[in-house]
Amino acid sequence: MNELGTALLDWLDERLDIRRGIEWATHKQVPIHRWSVFYYAGGVCLFLFLLQLASGILLLMYYRVGADSSYESVRYISSKVAFGWLIRSIHSWGANIMIFCVFVHMFSVFLMKAFRKPRELTWVTGCVLLGLCMAFGFSGYLLPWNELAYFATNVGTDIIGQVPVAGHWLLKLVRGGNDVTGATLSRFFGLHVAILPALLSLTIGAHLTFVQVQGMAHADESPKTMPFFPNFFLRDVMLWLVVLNAVAVLAVFFPWELGKKAEALASAPAGIKPEWYFLSQYQFLKLLPGKVLFIPGELLGIIALNAAGLFWLLTPFWDAVVPQEKKEAAVRLVGWGGLAALLAMTIWGRFS
Amino acid sequence: MRDFTRKDFLNLFLGGGALGLVASTVYPVLRYLLPPEQVEAEPDALKVGAVKDFAVGTSKIVKFGPKPIIVIRDVKGNFHALTATCTHLDCIVQYSKDADLVWCACHGGKYDLSGKNISGPPPRPLTQLDVRVAGGDVTVVKTA
Repeated sequence: MNELGTALLDWLDERLDIRRGIEWATHKQVPIHRWSVFYYAGGVCLFLFLLQLASGILLLMYYRVGADSSYESVRYISSKVAFGWLIRSIHSWGANIMIFCVFVHMFSVFLMKAFRKPRELTWVTGCVLLGLCMAFGFSGYLLPWNELAYFATNVGTDIIGQVPVAGHWLLKLVRGGNDVTGATLSRFFGLHVAILPALLSLTIGAHLTFVQVQGMAHADESPKTMPFFPNFFLRDVMLWLVVLNAVAVLAVFFPWELGKKAEALASAPAGIKPEWYFLSQYQFLKLLPGKVLFIPGELLGIIALNAAGLFWLLTPFWDAVVPQEKKEAAVRLVGWGGLAALLAMTIWGRFS
Repeated sequence: MRDFTRKDFLNLFLGGGALGLVASTVYPVLRYLLPPEQVEAEPDALKVGAVKDFAVGTSKIVKFGPKPIIVIRDVKGNFHALTATCTHLDCIVQYSKDADLVWCACHGGKYDLSGKNISGPPPRPLTQLDVRVAGGDVTVVKTA
């Protein structure tokens, strides 16, 4: 570090005790073993979130929320604004790849048993982050106000309306009325650009602080490690560049479609499907009959999906009470079983 | 049982005050978030077009008060009118000329032309409305 840099650091250190902070941030070690590649997944998710933030802010410069202006402004961005098509495609592709990476990160953490004591809260905040990412996807999907988004929002919000007792109240709260209208669009916009970014930033802050405090989990007995900073961090950055290029290539060669404008008095188009990350739930709900005994099928399905989500969220706590000799088998069964079910239902939903 | 002290009184007073503050902040916010009821009267009858506007084996979706309805002229030329919102998860249904029934593209639910749910996930039938054809006009009338 040159003289000016040292002087600046000294100045800050006198006032903010900054060297202690730097020392704290650099003590982390990353284990080296055959599964080490999965340690990069979390960093990629973080990078993609930053990419979403940047591309989202750029879209905000032209996007105008409203039933009469949303679709038109997205069309304007895609067709008239210089590089508008690229920014929009990067935002759409980035969102999908980000959710994919969150799934990769989550399942790798699960199968490496990195949720065990003392990392229970890191796992829980991670699950909350997945939920927030899906909420981001769901709320952002409506913003172009096209046909597919309109019906996906009708279905998705109606599911919220199935909640016993408070359902109708929640439905009105989410839709801003009884139906999906411009009022729903305004709410989703507020959720997508203000509430969710704030919640996600706070949760990411907590998640990263926990990781920093506890260090990285060792997936096996290997004693070999590398310093997080600069060794692992530089590899991280290199991978981020690869991911940025992958998103750019996808955005250029497969620009995101806009489709037809939403029309409240039109039938749902044939072949309508939700985004891939909701396909498994969609397929599950599709399989249920109208009534199971005397309970409405969709209500039963929604209860089952929520119970599965809660079971997944509470993994560190049920794992703690499983007898020692059955622990490995239980984690393997739930992890691989959950992954297989998710993949099978998603593929089935895609081709059904 | 110990005496109720001045400190207990103050704690109760302050705690109650804090609860009151939270409630008086949260309640208006919640009420603000719930949009006002906009009651749109449902008509008893609605003229949906002329007979010649409906080719055999086609349908049209129109608003009947606050909700959409589907008016169908089936392959035999008969008219039917049903509420158009699928009873499963709120998508708008459509008429399939080939199968001569009503189906929902979202999750594959099917209804017959009287609105009865016949397959797939819909838990309830669609509501049927009366159709009257007079003087070359098609009018949908709320079933009594």
